[in-house]
Amino acid sequence: MKNTRLVLALVVSGAVALTACGGTTKDSSSQQSGGTTNAAKADPNAPMKEGLKITFLPKQVNNPYFTVAQKGAEQAGTAIKAEVKATGPSDAAASSQVTYINTAAQQKQNALVISANDANAVAPALKSARGQGLKVVTFDSDAAPDARDVFINQATSNEIAAGQVKLISEAVGGSGEIAILSATPNATNQNAWIEVMKTELAKPEYSGLKLVETAYGNDDDQTSFQKTQGLLQAHPNLKGIISPTTVGVAAAARYLSSSEYKGKVQLTGLGTPNQMRKFVQDGTVKSFALWDPTKLGYLATYTAAALASGQITGAEGEKYKAGELGEYTIGAKGEVVLGPPQVFTKDNIDKFDF
Amino acid sequence: MRNLLRWETALVFLLIVVALTGQVSTDGSFLSGGNLFYLGLDIGEIALIALPLTLVIVAGEIDLSVASVLGLSSALIGWLWNAGWSLELILPTVIVVGAICGAFNGFLVTKLGLPSLAVTIGTLALYRGLALVVLGDTAVADFPASYTAFGTTPVPGTNIPYPIVLAAILAVLFGVALHASSFGRSVYAIGANEEGARFSGIRVKRVKLILFVLAGAVAAIAGIVYTFRFSSARADNGLGLELAVVAAVLLGGVSIFGGKGSLFGVLAGVLLLGGLRNLLILQDTSTEVLTIVTGLLLLVSVLAPSITRRVGTLRKATP
Repeated sequence: MKNTRLVLALVVSGAVALTACGGTTKDSSSQQSGGTTNAAKADPNAPMKEGLKITFLPKQVNNPYFTVAQKGAEQAGTAIKAEVKATGPSDAAASSQVTYINTAAQQKQNALVISANDANAVAPALKSARGQGLKVVTFDSDAAPDARDVFINQATSNEIAAGQVKLISEAVGGSGEIAILSATPNATNQNAWIEVMKTELAKPEYSGLKLVETAYGNDDDQTSFQKTQGLLQAHPNLKGIISPTTVGVAAAARYLSSSEYKGKVQLTGLGTPNQMRKFVQDGTVKSFALWDPTKLGYLATYTAAALASGQITGAEGEKYKAGELGEYTIGAKGEVVLGPPQVFTKDNIDKFDF
Repeated sequence: MRNLLRWETALVFLLIVVALTGQVSTDGSFLSGGNLFYLGLDIGEIALIALPLTLVIVAGEIDLSVASVLGLSSALIGWLWNAGWSLELILPTVIVVGAICGAFNGFLVTKLGLPSLAVTIGTLALYRGLALVVLGDTAVADFPASYTAFGTTPVPGTNIPYPIVLAAILAVLFGVALHASSFGRSVYAIGANEEGARFSGIRVKRVKLILFVLAGAVAAIAGIVYTFRFSSARADNGLGLELAVVAAVLLGGVSIFGGKGSLFGVLAGVLLLGGLRNLLILQDTSTEVLTIVTGLLLLVSVLAPSITRRVGTLRKATP
């Protein structure tokens, strides 16, 4: 039994010794490495290189949203004669993309297009991949800014929220009581949108609209369903509901379509065409919005190719052409905005499948 | 023992086959320094946790809570770091907490006589729950580069990742403990015949308790490695990793019923699982195929050693 203690002591002390080397606290190391500097200069007139090898890495494979984005990426690949390869983990855990990032570097790909599961967990691997010459474009969900070249933002908060107010105003005919059915009370993006909506509603053109309540369905189908019911009972004069969350808008539409309020109380929000198709067709919902993931994948892939061809470096103010989507300009912090969300109505909804 | 050695020979043979086919089919990039570095990083935590878990399984027990201890350790690192503790204090602390988690498992198994499978399924949920209580669903990521570099850069001048160096040191320690000490002999004795071991004077409960403590402590060390490797402390780090570790240990020829197995075989098992996965991803194999291959390998890992053993007994039986 003496051996036991010895071994135990060795194991533990060995581990402890490995960790001891000076006092490192949060305060003493607050200065993280700043953004990367791009030594190379952009040449806007450089031709798009052919045969570029681009890896498309979604949060997880077999996720309908990313499958649609992948279609866009492949369309861009065909347009610029690049070889686009889609790969990725089957689970959306924080760290499961790292293996695939390392593999892309190992396969000497020219660029990586990724939607990050965790902004920081992928950062070390992305930095290492960039060190090996890969251009990194994030889309949908950004990584730490110093770990990528460009981030393709689907839409700004302003565009999303202002668009939602415009849609509900059109639907209710410019006046009446409206309510918001949000996700969770502490969701960053939801709260940002709600703030912008309030600012929008204060404008003279929306003076007829009155926001009476903001309810939270917690992005849970059942809760959102019940909250919709509650809103309608609490406010008999309610004319419209905005639900800027895919879960909420679908649940609200389901309730409305089976109730006496169908067609009387208007609904709009952010939803996917496949979820909302039958409610648009049966007249419950006139219009709703969401960015088009196909375009998102297309723009991200095109941007990656532009980076790999040397047309841009990711610096603010650089302009480049993204095929059929037209010209884009890189904004602050290396961000490119796809553009206003796509509005879906009875007339165009059948063109979309996601 | 001879049969076991035969299984380990088979493992080494399989490893060589995977390495050679990999090398040929990827035009030499499979065995390149860069890829071996990534491979080493990917299997680091699994190799670490597999070491104490081998001893636990050889002793006829199981610990399924290891990945949750990893998550709890990661969450604690993030929480204490946010609270302003120094890393030099945080790291020993989380190792001690890991050891306490292991001790709690060991206490329930040895003192209350509960089956370790049930106990550690319970603590698997419990420790993961605690991790979520500690850090919630947030991530802490502002660790200094001097620490995260251990998880992202190789030992200077080589392609060896630091976690593998750590695993190698611990492998030697655990190897000596299991194969060249009286402690190791009692571990085998307990796994082969617990009653017999008790009657021959081995302090069964004490040995088992020590094994659970070791498993907890090393799982916490793996949590440190994991956190710095992804420079991200999260409560859900390492979710489901226990299955990969148990798979590697069983593939390494350790009997799930206890009493048989070697650390060498387990290390070969870890390498084989990690290498195969790395190779399949490198060849752009789809995730579905990857999952199926891993599942089949798991089955093989349970079937093959028992088949070789049976063949061995048959041979002995027929003159």
